[in-house]
Parts: sequence; structure tokens; C-alpha cells
Amino acid sequence: MKFAIAVFSPAHAPSSRRALRFAEAVLAGGHEIARLFFYQDGVHSASANVVTPQDELDVAAQWRTFIDSHQLDAVVCIAAALRRGVLDEAEASRYQRPAANLPKPWELSGLGQLHEAAQSADRLICFGGD
Amino acid sequence: MAKSLLIISRQAPWNGPSAREALDIALAGGAFDLPLGMLFLDDGVFQLAPGQQPTALQQKNLGANLQALPMFGVEALFACSHSLRQRGLAADTLELPVQVLDDAALAALIARFDQVVTL
Repeated sequence: MKFAIAVFSPAHAPSSRRALRFAEAVLAGGHEIARLFFYQDGVHSASANVVTPQDELDVAAQWRTFIDSHQLDAVVCIAAALRRGVLDEAEASRYQRPAANLPKPWELSGLGQLHEAAQSADRLICFGGD
Repeated sequence: MAKSLLIISRQAPWNGPSAREALDIALAGGAFDLPLGMLFLDDGVFQLAPGQQPTALQQKNLGANLQALPMFGVEALFACSHSLRQRGLAADTLELPVQVLDDAALAALIARFDQVVTL
């Protein structure tokens, strides 16, 4: 089965960890992930500037490793990200901000990518939200 | 055939960007001609309240953007009657032409859509 997974909460929220564990289980079960889409405060789950105390679980880093190692399509909504200070090099330079915190494998793009993923997948699973 | 998506908007318009971000999902999907519905639930029904003055909070008016829904082809608009009643909002004063649903009808509505996003 093909899953589209949307994450609406930051790395420190339980639902971001749950989303990651679900995504791992999807692949471990032999299923496919059409796309991961990070929206609302979920864009913070993609920030490279999250620093977690050493004795705590670093969910942001685990997301990065997971996406990298499985070469997944991981899209961060550009409008939600700009509003929350999650910028790649191009946006940091466009808006003359001093730092970028969204390196590869993340991709900044629009909400059309959420719809496209939802249409192509058998299931859309959302984590977080208000 | 395209999968249908119900967007459930649960936040008041003054409570951060959530209401606007729920609406943006609907408008983006409308631009692709997708079969969409939008349900205003819990504090989300405050988005439909008449006579709002968001400038007093230095906020933009979400109402103008909500009015764009039918223009983007999103005409399946719903509000929860229980949420409206709890917040003292009368169905005939709302800013959008929504269908007001009781709890049983809400369950049927959600079951009718292929996919659901709640914000």
C-alpha cells in the first residue's frame, strides 16, 4: 500500500515522533511512502537548528537520517516554513536572512504537493494538527 | 477519479495561522479542481461569525479569503450545529453559505469523504 504522510507538529511534540515511527513501520512492512509533507508547526521538524539535550531523543535528526537513508520525497510547505523561520539557502538569501536551516534532503514547495501526494497514495495519514 | 478530501478547520481566526492554513489547503486543492469539502468545527465556527473586526488585533481579515472558496470551486461547506450553539452563533447570521449539520450528519459526512485532514 502507498502512504502519503502529513506532519503538523514540531520535533519536540509526541506526534512528530509517532509520525516517524509510523513511517518506519510503513517501510518495514513492505509498503511505500509516496511523500512526506511537513505543514504548520511540522516545518520545525525539518529544522537543522534544533539542538536536543544529549540524553533526549533527537527526533529532528532521526527524521533527517530516515529520509536520507531511504531517499524519500520530503516536502516542507514553503509558506508555512517562511512564516516560522525555516529557510533553505535560496530563501535565506532572497529574504536577506542571516542563516539557512533547511539543508537537503528536505525540499521547499507548495501545498499542491500535499494534494498530489494524497491523490497518488492509497492512504493519507496526518499527525498532529490543532 | 480524483479522491475527495474533507478539510476540518477547528481553530478560531484569531488563534494563530491555523485557520488560514486550513483554508490554504482548500484553496490550493480548488485550484486543481479536486473534490473538496470544508467543515467548520469547534472554535473553527468562529471563522463564520458576522461583524468581525480583526484590525483591532492587528490581524488581517480571514473573511475575504473565505469568500474565495466558492470561486475556487469549493462549495461543499459545512458547520457543526453543536459548535455553533455552544458559542452562541445563529446559523442564519453566518458569513458563508454553509450547511449546518447535527452530530449524526457529521459522522455521515466524514464517512463520505475518501480522505480527511484536521487542522
